[in-house]
Amino acid sequence: MTYTEVDSVVGEAGNFKATLIKKPKYIDESKCTGCTTCVEYCPVKYPDPYNQEISQNKAIHVYFSQAIPLVTYIDESCLYLKDKKCTICQAVCKNGAIDFNQMPERVEVTVGAIVLSPGFEPFDPKLRGDYGYGKFENVVTSLDYERLLSATGPYDGEILRASDRRHPHKIAWIQCVGSRQVIPGGNSYCSAVCCTYAQKQVILTKDHDAEAECTIFHNDIRSYNKDFERFYQRAENLPGVRFIRSYVSIGREIPDSKNVTLRYATPDAGVKEEEFEMVVLSVGLNPPAEAKSLAETFGIELNAHGFCKTNPVNPLETSRRGIFISGSFQGPVDIPESVFTASGAGSQSGQLLNYRRGKLSQERLYPPERNVSGEEPRIGVFVCHCGANIGRVINVPSTVEYALTLPNVVYAQEQLFSCATNSAKQITDMTKEKGLNRVVIAACSPRTLEPLFRDTLREAGINQYFSEMANIREHCSWVHSKEKEAATQKAKDIVRMSVARARHLEPLQEFVLPVDKAVLVVGGGLAGLTSALSMANQGHEIYVVEKDSDLGGMARRIHYTLEGQDVQAYLRDVVRKVYQHPRIHVYTDAVITEATGYIGNFATKVKSEGRITEIKHGAVILATGAEEYKPTEYLYGTDDRVMTHLELEELIATDDERVVQAQSLVMIQCVGSRQEDRNYCSRVCCRQSIKNALKLKAINPQLDIYILFRDMRTYGFQEDYYREAAGQDVKFIRYEPQDKPQVEAVKADGRQVLRVTVTDPILGKKLEIDADLLSLGAAVIPSAGSQEATRLFKVTENPDGFFKEAHVKLKPVDFSVEGIYLCGMAHYPKHIPETISQAYAAAGRALTVLSQDTVVASGSVCTVNERRCIGCGACVTACTYDAIQFQETRQGKKAVVNPVLCKGDGLCNAKCPTGAISLKHFTDEAFLSQIDAAKE
Amino acid sequence: MCSGRVDLSFVLRAFLDGMDGVFIGGCRLNECNYDTHGNYHALNMVLLGKKILEYIGLNPNRLRIEFMSSADGILFAEVMNDFGSTVKKLGPLGRSEGIDENELKTKLEEITKLVPYIKMVKKEKLAARPGNPKAYDEFYTSDEIDQLFREVISYYIDPGKCQACMICAKRCPVEAIISVKNQIHVIDQEKCIKCGTCLEVCPPRFDAVAKISGEPVPTSIPEEERTIER
Repeated sequence: MTYTEVDSVVGEAGNFKATLIKKPKYIDESKCTGCTTCVEYCPVKYPDPYNQEISQNKAIHVYFSQAIPLVTYIDESCLYLKDKKCTICQAVCKNGAIDFNQMPERVEVTVGAIVLSPGFEPFDPKLRGDYGYGKFENVVTSLDYERLLSATGPYDGEILRASDRRHPHKIAWIQCVGSRQVIPGGNSYCSAVCCTYAQKQVILTKDHDAEAECTIFHNDIRSYNKDFERFYQRAENLPGVRFIRSYVSIGREIPDSKNVTLRYATPDAGVKEEEFEMVVLSVGLNPPAEAKSLAETFGIELNAHGFCKTNPVNPLETSRRGIFISGSFQGPVDIPESVFTASGAGSQSGQLLNYRRGKLSQERLYPPERNVSGEEPRIGVFVCHCGANIGRVINVPSTVEYALTLPNVVYAQEQLFSCATNSAKQITDMTKEKGLNRVVIAACSPRTLEPLFRDTLREAGINQYFSEMANIREHCSWVHSKEKEAATQKAKDIVRMSVARARHLEPLQEFVLPVDKAVLVVGGGLAGLTSALSMANQGHEIYVVEKDSDLGGMARRIHYTLEGQDVQAYLRDVVRKVYQHPRIHVYTDAVITEATGYIGNFATKVKSEGRITEIKHGAVILATGAEEYKPTEYLYGTDDRVMTHLELEELIATDDERVVQAQSLVMIQCVGSRQEDRNYCSRVCCRQSIKNALKLKAINPQLDIYILFRDMRTYGFQEDYYREAAGQDVKFIRYEPQDKPQVEAVKADGRQVLRVTVTDPILGKKLEIDADLLSLGAAVIPSAGSQEATRLFKVTENPDGFFKEAHVKLKPVDFSVEGIYLCGMAHYPKHIPETISQAYAAAGRALTVLSQDTVVASGSVCTVNERRCIGCGACVTACTYDAIQFQETRQGKKAVVNPVLCKGDGLCNAKCPTGAISLKHFTDEAFLSQIDAAKE
Repeated sequence: MCSGRVDLSFVLRAFLDGMDGVFIGGCRLNECNYDTHGNYHALNMVLLGKKILEYIGLNPNRLRIEFMSSADGILFAEVMNDFGSTVKKLGPLGRSEGIDENELKTKLEEITKLVPYIKMVKKEKLAARPGNPKAYDEFYTSDEIDQLFREVISYYIDPGKCQACMICAKRCPVEAIISVKNQIHVIDQEKCIKCGTCLEVCPPRFDAVAKISGEPVPTSIPEEERTIER
């Protein structure tokens, strides 16, 4: 239900009654096809909010080109709604979809749980006129710029200046606009995403214009997330890109050119004023605009920053039972966190409502499949414009016309977005109407949308493997945008090849396999235990395998959090719940000796207390944690006054004399991280250092504390604690990686001290600090257990040795191997609340498999023509999955494929000398005809 | 489907269709998402393919394989531009190498027919992983390829020994044995893929199948003389 607001919510967890107000769109959605003729004729033009009011839109419009549903609606700017004039749209709509009689509609829904995902509001620099925004035409926000970069943006992907519609070549980004500010109108917290999105914008700008000069004025660079450090280096190493660490003030607008000057300072050159053609303000993330009214409507509390107040040990839980959140309503977060908090909120809703799971679900029914085996191929071709993505480069109508000339093609048409609901329906309808038995979609990569089009064919009563995608976007329009005619020719070639292949497509049946409802959780740390409890509470048998003799993992070494929670008390509670849970079975001192099977049906052998047990389970969660790097730097290991942050925490927690007596303590950050052999940020050490510093100050306010850092990465609300530490006179000194601090043990004024020498970049000279204790922010490194799990479960790790998820942004807790999920530090270093969210997410993802009675395996697997098999074994050697076995027959030994184990890579097919084994859907015949079709 | 699914016969077919170059793209080596490392299979096939092109007299640079990830867009563009200009410089297939069009076609067709044989003879090597990038060029040597095609074997049924038991015909994977009850069996050399199954299964007491190497196959016995008088 889009264009709908929540009016009120009454009731309680398990039984809420929500009253929704469906605002009138003045469009009958069942009649609108999204053709946008009405938009063309609508006389009302006004600044388009979707494109940041840079370009114009109409009173009747589609919100944005990939909107779901892709239908128009009429907003308040309409002339008829204002004073009963116009109605042009009604006259031009061929489907009679426009209905000015619509009224707001009240809808009552009864729900068991509620998930709030209202997102955030970008900081508005206009309110204070920050950096001339709103006054100088060529000062834009990062969201304005994002739209300028986009193919569906105000200038179709061209970056143009508002003042003269020319391409800017010299662009500056100003970071932390509205963030990390304690002045009125600013936000004290760090918005957590701006460093990396600005780097992305720089990279995209250089893609648009290789000659562009890009300058980023920044404070700390906070690339704390997975792969962000490398991304930062990528942006930094581009030619013509400068990263300048300096506060900036706006100069003036130059009257003729409308260029803008900025003043900044560098240690070498002092204060400078420089002219830029465009200035981009990296604005931060505010709470959602309607946060206060949301809080009232739903009866939840907000925190001091105006975001949702959440449970510190369950960041997905609001102050009202049964209401969960996901995304940046908990504070500024990036896409992966948004996605996994969504899965986590799903799991928690499932936990709450498990007792009535499945009671309302209805099985989806497809029409019976038409048997087309006796028919000649009747191919339909649908050529997608993809908005402007394809249509702007390729002549779509001429491609359609060409397709009609190809053998066996009986129907062809163009579509604006083949993936839109109405277009998919059109494919279904035309398939039925024209009696099509093969369908070619000329659009994008099959990687994302093939499942959709297969489903579309099922709806049309045709076997889903009769669909074929011709990729004329990634393979054509996107890479040949400047050669329109040649691109059109190539699109025709691609379509011809796909049609040739489509002729050889055969109907395939998928395998339906039962799902074992038990789960194996590898790793008994906070991540593994949290997900285990969540799944056990939803009725599943859980087997937790821990290599140590005790549960708890890394959390056993953490005593308190930055926000002051007692981690040990919490952990004890979790461990107690795990041991008391009748459905959780714990194996400690355990080793996995063998892991076999596949989604829904795994079998794993676990050796514990001298016994080997075989566990059957339907899913796996790998939560194998991480370890602390043992430094070799800064006298660690040779001088017992040098320790890691975790070791210091232990001393603080046990009131160790050395800590109580110390007069001076130095912390060095980034020990073993952000360097060539470990090219990532360990993410947790900045927060650890602040946490320990504040504790130490509480014990002994006289203690001198120095934190030597490269960038303080106290992202999000942690920034407040960083400021608090600075306010308590903790001294922060930045050092450069090429000029690391030096440490030596010396005797000064009769005292044995650790002398730390560091260059202060502000003073520009060497400082000597005599410290009693030195604490190192040691890197977080992948655990040996993760390596072992990688081998056993045939999953992958990234170059740093952390687990590699199926997609960094969109599938952050899935592996590419189905049925196996990940969470916690084995994925990447993270804080306890983040680990807990991700653990719920992994549970939520596993439950998508476990809540089903069956899983479906692909029909595109290998098969053996027994007659042709000579038993040479080339296929058996080529298969990694043990999917091919020999079987004795009266005609000698023959290869047999276990279709459930076959992953359809087709390596055996390429090795078979006689053509006996073939990969269904990707057969030799299909490929050879596709190759032949290329030459015509 | 993996890049290792690309068959040697696909490459040959593309050249037979007159393509001037063939490019195969695979995932980065040693970064297989599925633990199969099938891209090494593709690499192996390409190294063999290049030597075969050389054997025919074609420039091996017309066949290229590169490994990259979906994040290597810029690299991909560079590689494709480079391959495009390489192929352009090499000019039209065959003509630039001074091979007559028909002669090239015949050669490519002959070798396409031998693909099953090549897969059989080189079974072990095709399953091996080419290790050292510097030695890729020597993974298959020119001598090895010369020998491969010089010593092509054939199978022949000795009409004097065949007892028309039909065992070989039943087991032939490609139905290349012309077999009629009570008639001496004959191998259709056009259809035969040289797998040797007939030799393997012919009862030792008949010993009718012979392996021939380096010399022409005797002409088969005329149809009217095939009936066995028992």
